[in-house]
Amino acid sequence: MLDVDADFSTKQTILDAILAALIAWLFFLPITGVLLDGYAVQSAWHQPFVLALIVFYARCLIAIIVHTDLGKRLFVGKGHYAGVEVVDKTNAHWHWLLVIVAIGFVFPFFSSKYWLTVAILALIYVLLGLGLNVVVGLAGLLDLGFVAFYAVGAYSYALGSEYLGLGFWTALPFAAVLAASFGAILGFPVLRMHGDYLAIVTLGFGEIIRLILNNWTAFTGGPNGASAPLPTLFGLEFSRRAKQGGTPFHDYFGLDYSTIYRYILIYLVLFLVVCVMTMVVVRLRQMPIGRAWEALREDETACRSLGINHVVVKLSAFSMGAMVGGLAGVFFAAYQGFINPSSFTFFESALILAIVVLGGLGSVVGVIIAAVVLTILPELLREFSDYRVLIFGMSMVLMMIWRPRGLLPQRRQAFRRT
Amino acid sequence: MDWMIILQQLVNGLTLGAIYGLIAVGYTMVYGIIGMINFAHGDIYMVSAYLTAICIAVFMSWWGWTFVPLILVLTLIVVILFTSLYGWVVERVAYRPLRGSQRLAPLISAIGMSLVLQNYVQISQSARTQGVPSLISGHPLRIGSEQNFVQITEMQILIVIVAFLSMAVLSYIIQATALGRACRATQQDRVMASILGINTDKIISIVFIIGAASAAVAGVLVTLNYGTFDFFIGFVTGIKAFTAAVLGGIGSLPGAMLGGLILGLAESLFSGFVNTDYKDVFAFALLVLVLIFRPSGLLGKPEVEKV
Repeated sequence: MLDVDADFSTKQTILDAILAALIAWLFFLPITGVLLDGYAVQSAWHQPFVLALIVFYARCLIAIIVHTDLGKRLFVGKGHYAGVEVVDKTNAHWHWLLVIVAIGFVFPFFSSKYWLTVAILALIYVLLGLGLNVVVGLAGLLDLGFVAFYAVGAYSYALGSEYLGLGFWTALPFAAVLAASFGAILGFPVLRMHGDYLAIVTLGFGEIIRLILNNWTAFTGGPNGASAPLPTLFGLEFSRRAKQGGTPFHDYFGLDYSTIYRYILIYLVLFLVVCVMTMVVVRLRQMPIGRAWEALREDETACRSLGINHVVVKLSAFSMGAMVGGLAGVFFAAYQGFINPSSFTFFESALILAIVVLGGLGSVVGVIIAAVVLTILPELLREFSDYRVLIFGMSMVLMMIWRPRGLLPQRRQAFRRT
Repeated sequence: MDWMIILQQLVNGLTLGAIYGLIAVGYTMVYGIIGMINFAHGDIYMVSAYLTAICIAVFMSWWGWTFVPLILVLTLIVVILFTSLYGWVVERVAYRPLRGSQRLAPLISAIGMSLVLQNYVQISQSARTQGVPSLISGHPLRIGSEQNFVQITEMQILIVIVAFLSMAVLSYIIQATALGRACRATQQDRVMASILGINTDKIISIVFIIGAASAAVAGVLVTLNYGTFDFFIGFVTGIKAFTAAVLGGIGSLPGAMLGGLILGLAESLFSGFVNTDYKDVFAFALLVLVLIFRPSGLLGKPEVEKV
């Protein structure tokens, strides 16, 4: 039997749980118990009871967790510590890292097309998570319009190829620069803001960009979207028959035609970009600018009075994040071959935020794992796909209560004395 | 430029603005008291729309009631009660455990709660657009000549009357009762209020309940007026109501109503004379501009950052 605290009372626990279950029953009664069917209703009276019962057991479980040593050790968080934890080992696991990178590079040659597309999507979210992590996790600027930069990246590839004749390889730097300047432009007016107001203004920016993409039909194609061309490799095309004067990839190498080659190409480039960006973000954190980001997150007033130029620090965080988001957008457009504004709603921003929050604000490894898990898990659990958003939302709330610094909180490396 | 068209847009804007004002109450009071944007407030409003339809359907098609005024009054009461419960539960579950934690935590939790509420309603009630039968359908009031007139429906009159009555009741509660004094004291200085014996947790819960109740009034009125809704209406309406709260000066109750009216009129005139497609862009742009250039709003006090 578990050891319980002295102030644990079985009677009180059960009374609390009954009260919680009663409130839950009332809470769930109208929406889950009475279902609209045209202007009439159908009864589903058992649903509120089931949900109330779940709440009853959950409440008991929480009481047990809070009052036993084992539960406290396992579940009760460390509270709201500042997130700086000094570890003195540097690069302890670098050979494992090499193995993972090597597996990542050979993966597409052994994978089926389906899992390759899932992996591409996962890597796109890793990239988005890394980008938002710089803005929210490191600099502490809650950006709810991050999807705007993703959209800028995707549209600069699609529209760039339509109007300017850009290819995939030119679109990558072009989109990165364009998204970064968008980040700086949008960052400039919000320099004085922080916290909630900043979040709402960025949300407003994000929605404005989406609505413009949606309504400016003549330029962007509106709700019908825009098509993005397939990427090429040294002039070799990945379609079945090449356009005038081109050579298809499979003909050149004497292979049978398959759509998997284009995904392998996208995957490899994307994986390379993710590796480089991970390294850049990890390195930046130890450089003066990265330390300034984190200092600004903890206390802006103190930073400014110590002479840190908050304009440069904030704008660099915004444009760095935006640039990574823009790159992710190019890959998304190339992977889908077609984009429209409905891919860039606020929900997408919230999803990226959920990735960053679950991984741990500021933690690069955590964000990568969270992005991969959150993309692959819904593929494995198809029958739960309806509940995906519900689970995301609930985990955001629970994480904030239980582990506000994420499942894998960041650790700061100390300088070693030699 | 036709004066009748302008007048018509003003009438529509007034109705819209009254609704925004009612929803803005929840944002402005919660922000005033705990300094966070209750991101799930728009979804509380969405829930109240569903509750309205469910109530009307239960009364009319299940129990076979036909007396419209009774149905309306009872619907209003039941929806207010249940929506208040939703407001209270959201605060209790998602915000109270975070009191005194780091700055971004409550907002992220609120975004999570907003997703939860949307998906919860979507799963239980299906993603279909739902509707209510039109209960109030008299001959609209027409002012002007045969071709050139301003039309005011009974529903619009009802909306304006109910909205202003609710605001009057609310102002009375906040200004003149012991509860209202406790709310204002907590808003001014939470620590001091709790030292003086005010149960601030309870007051914060009550503020959430008041906010949810006024969103419920708005939800009933909008649902009766437009007739259709889906699980996603909370997002855009919520942002617009928040814009109204900021415009009027966040934390100020008359400011919420004023901001709502200004936003409603501006949006209505914009969509009437400039462009309907871009009316949401207009509202969002207004939000961004107000937050950048006058974050204290029209009636709010400027925020002084203390170190």
